[in-house]
Amino acid sequence: MHELNIPAKTERLYEAQAFAENLMEEAGFSPRMKNSISLVIEEIFVNIAAHAYSPAEGDVLIRLGLEDKNSVVLEFEDKGKPYNPLEEESPDVGMPAEQRDIGGLGIFLYRSIMDEVEYKYENGKNILTLKKREER
Amino acid sequence: VDVNITREGGESKLVLKGRLDTVTAPQLQEELLPEFKDADRVILDFAEIVYVSSAGLRVLLQAEKTAQAKGAEFKITGVCPEVMEVFEMTGFTGMLNIE
Repeated sequence: MHELNIPAKTERLYEAQAFAENLMEEAGFSPRMKNSISLVIEEIFVNIAAHAYSPAEGDVLIRLGLEDKNSVVLEFEDKGKPYNPLEEESPDVGMPAEQRDIGGLGIFLYRSIMDEVEYKYENGKNILTLKKREER
Repeated sequence: VDVNITREGGESKLVLKGRLDTVTAPQLQEELLPEFKDADRVILDFAEIVYVSSAGLRVLLQAEKTAQAKGAEFKITGVCPEVMEVFEMTGFTGMLNIE
């Protein structure tokens, strides 16, 4: 597992994405898979940045496991307020624009992209683990 | 994100380039929404947009709502396959006018 520990601040987003993109590039992942993982990282990272420690500040630990060229394990760990994103209600994606709400899209996106998403709260930490295998 | 605006008659065309994410979406919102004040047709050229996250989707949804409230036309052109996949996943293909 590769690790990156950085302050959970929106302005550090590109650092978090570059961490995964560079490692995936070296490991020979497809651009499509890199793009998907970048998107997932954004949605989770900015959520932690906005809510986990607010109004205080704290770090987020990101782990990336690249088992082979086809599968990715991502893990986010923060010591903020207990928060299970999987309990959020999914938006109704079949609604017309005027009835669509603006929230919930980020969580919906990463749950759609990843094959598995698990949440646990352990030793004062929120731990979100996500897995994706690319079909070839 | 780079935004290049041309206005002609009642039409505003915004040619975009780059990423539409949490960092850049507020900038697009600031440039896009005021266009509906004068234009009755607003076109977003997405050909060089390579990445859209939920923050970008929110701006597009707001633009669509603004257009509908005003009876204006809002259209997105040149969407690449990666971005189209995000539109499809979130139901935006059925909600926006995408060419």
